[in-house]
Amino acid sequence: MSVIYLLITISIIVALLFLYAFIKAVRQGQFDDYYTPSVRMLFDDETKQNDNKTNKD
Amino acid sequence: MNTHNCFHCGLVIEKKEEIVFDQRSFCCNGCKTVYEIFSLNGLTDYYNFEKAPGATPQDSKGKYDFLDNEAIVNRLLDFKEDNTHITSLYIPHIHCSSCIWILENLHRLCSGISSSQVNFHEKKVRIIFNPDTVSLKQIVLLLNSIGYEPYISLDNYDTKKKQVDRSLIYKLGVAFFCFGNIMLLSFPEYFEVDDVWLNKYRGFFRWLVFALAMPSFLYSASGYYVSAFKSIRAGMLNIDIPIALGIVVMFIRSTIDIVFDYGSGFFDSLTGLVFFMLLGRLFQQKTYNFLSFERDFKSYFPIAVTKIFGNEEVAIPVYDVVAGDRLLIRNSELIPVDGILMSAATSIDYSFVTGEAEPIIKKSGDKIYAGGRQMGPVIEMQVLSSVSQSYLTQLWSNEVFAKKDNRTYKTLTDTISRYFTPVLLLIAVVSFNIWIFIDATTAFNVFTAVLIVACPCALALSAPFTLGNVLRIMGKRKLYLKNATVIEQMAKVDTIVFDKTGTITTNKKSEIIYDGEYIDNKERAFIKSLLRGSNHPLSRRLYEFLPAAQLLPVDDFKEITGKGIQGTIDGFYIKIGSAAFVGEDPDTVQQTNVHISINRNYQGKYVFDNQYRDGLSELFAQLGKGYELKILSGDNEGEREVLQSLLPKGTELIFNQKPEQKLAYIEHLQQQGKNVMMVGDGLNDAGALAQSNVGISISENVNVFSPACDGILDASQFKKLGWFLKFSKNTIKTIKMSFTLSLLYNIVGLSFAVTGNLEPLTAAIIMPLSTITIVSFVTLMSNYFARLR
Repeated sequence: MSVIYLLITISIIVALLFLYAFIKAVRQGQFDDYYTPSVRMLFDDETKQNDNKTNKD
Repeated sequence: MNTHNCFHCGLVIEKKEEIVFDQRSFCCNGCKTVYEIFSLNGLTDYYNFEKAPGATPQDSKGKYDFLDNEAIVNRLLDFKEDNTHITSLYIPHIHCSSCIWILENLHRLCSGISSSQVNFHEKKVRIIFNPDTVSLKQIVLLLNSIGYEPYISLDNYDTKKKQVDRSLIYKLGVAFFCFGNIMLLSFPEYFEVDDVWLNKYRGFFRWLVFALAMPSFLYSASGYYVSAFKSIRAGMLNIDIPIALGIVVMFIRSTIDIVFDYGSGFFDSLTGLVFFMLLGRLFQQKTYNFLSFERDFKSYFPIAVTKIFGNEEVAIPVYDVVAGDRLLIRNSELIPVDGILMSAATSIDYSFVTGEAEPIIKKSGDKIYAGGRQMGPVIEMQVLSSVSQSYLTQLWSNEVFAKKDNRTYKTLTDTISRYFTPVLLLIAVVSFNIWIFIDATTAFNVFTAVLIVACPCALALSAPFTLGNVLRIMGKRKLYLKNATVIEQMAKVDTIVFDKTGTITTNKKSEIIYDGEYIDNKERAFIKSLLRGSNHPLSRRLYEFLPAAQLLPVDDFKEITGKGIQGTIDGFYIKIGSAAFVGEDPDTVQQTNVHISINRNYQGKYVFDNQYRDGLSELFAQLGKGYELKILSGDNEGEREVLQSLLPKGTELIFNQKPEQKLAYIEHLQQQGKNVMMVGDGLNDAGALAQSNVGISISENVNVFSPACDGILDASQFKKLGWFLKFSKNTIKTIKMSFTLSLLYNIVGLSFAVTGNLEPLTAAIIMPLSTITIVSFVTLMSNYFARLR
């Protein structure tokens, strides 16, 4: 059997894995709100800094 | 920091009301308190993300008592187990990153809350809390105290949880998976080198591509088949028909191609098309969702009312109210049902239902109707009918509102597609008939190629993209439209009807300023006593404006209509009225004044601040050139002259209009073939707003709106109305230009198809290229037009 069959099968399987990951992410609601997480990501650091500040005070 | 704006909410601070706390200025105690709460809990970062992000907390006394009722609370919970409750609250104020930050840090303000999560687009916060430590009511009160008042209405109470519709994203993902892989696997075919290797594996590649195209064809594109089928059944030709036809034909032709080994087929173009079109649809959905208008009339009903059981007061759901119940209505609560007033006299504001009338005084034993807002102290009422039968529901279930949904607008795309499909079929059939005499196989190829290449994906995308982009631009400039068809309707408007109160005038109580010689308290009491006898609107307003004083008996009171009032009090002869009446030179400035003279000595005047919106004259002058302008008012003719001097000639002024008459007037205009835009202030002209082709409500606070309207314009942007109308016209122009462009692409494609030269590679290039150029063209054009003044 030619190696091309093997390679293409593997590549399709990899692609299918990504498709599965994508569908799973959608199902978990990761695509429901694009805005809030992007802002929230920035907050965590600020909060920690703030905690330090209040500790010092 | 700007010292003139409140540190918390950003409002301009009145000098005398300024509150300085912690070296920051606040406009009122409410704002200061919120700041205090935040600073005590180390949450002042709130102010770092956005300048002045807050809102003034509203008084909530007793307002949320219904949350003591377990039945109601249970309906508001998403999830309920021993010590974990989850609720989702809709908070209209959510608007910036500061809001997200504070709402996601609620657990630092209240120990019972374990976590909270914001969905910015839906303006919802999902709170997970422990019911043993904190109740839903306490959470709501906490939110209210920090200026994030949740909006709880019958809507929340009614609806079962809606499942989020994610099918479009699934379809898009699948389409992209198919498209990407097929593109890669098609590459060998694109460089059609006749070598041994390629020939050996050709079959394998083609069947693999076929298999990969199946999910895209069967699943991702399914929406188009459904839509096409529906529109055929409805006897209308919409744009989805040629698209569905193109996709199906493309699939059949390609399958035949590979089965009989004629060629590689068009699977690459097919999946590409499906992907791009779904992408456009997603964009459209996201833009439109953000401006969702889901709330309906029920939102205005109170969710619960206070019922009196003997000596007890219990909050019960509004649907449980039955005839004979005794209800307690607090100040500024809505009256939920018809009933009889049982307690002392009160005044009720029916502006919500009937029009712009002043509050009506009701005595004990009078009938009071649903929909009125109680303005006096606490009252008790006896219910006459249950909620569903009441007058308000009847008014709202008026057919006007129902008609709105079914009214079919012929959108531009629909109009074009009506011609598009027949013409397309005609070209296909004609070229088939010509080729059949030359070569039967080519004839079949040409027939399918025409249907494939003419697939109007660019055409279908250009309108949604332009309109979506324009909706976004308008939203940024504070005109929020219900949906995209409103833009097309706006462009067609030729008559604009304005409501007066609250629309071209501001809702804020107009300021009254005294200008003249000093009057002491005694003289002020004289003026007030004299004013008391007069029923003129200006007298009433001035009477209310003046501070309370000992009222004195008036002798020789006389009111001269259109001039003023006079009388003698305690030996002083006082005249109040127009300049001529008190013996002054007539006013030269365009203002509403009331002049005072005491013992024939001119004292000064009370100036009624111009209550018309900024830029009104300019706006009307600008609009007057292109539109017929009318003003409908529920008030009397008192303002006719002022309006006539402010507005361009030819503006029709109609006074004393009841809501039904306003509605009838709009209908009358429409029967004359006019496209009417109604600009009103919301509910009291709801009928007229719904009847008009475009109903815009002007709102001082965007979170308060009328569901009958097609759009909400922030009051500060009122003078830009002309710009919005012009922009909508330019939008339609953009769409027409993009249609021309996409038709040009189609002609190029067709010329390949008709001559029998359509190679899969040509199709794979021309089809995505047209889509991409059209989309970028409309985006650039609409942004360009937005920048025009």
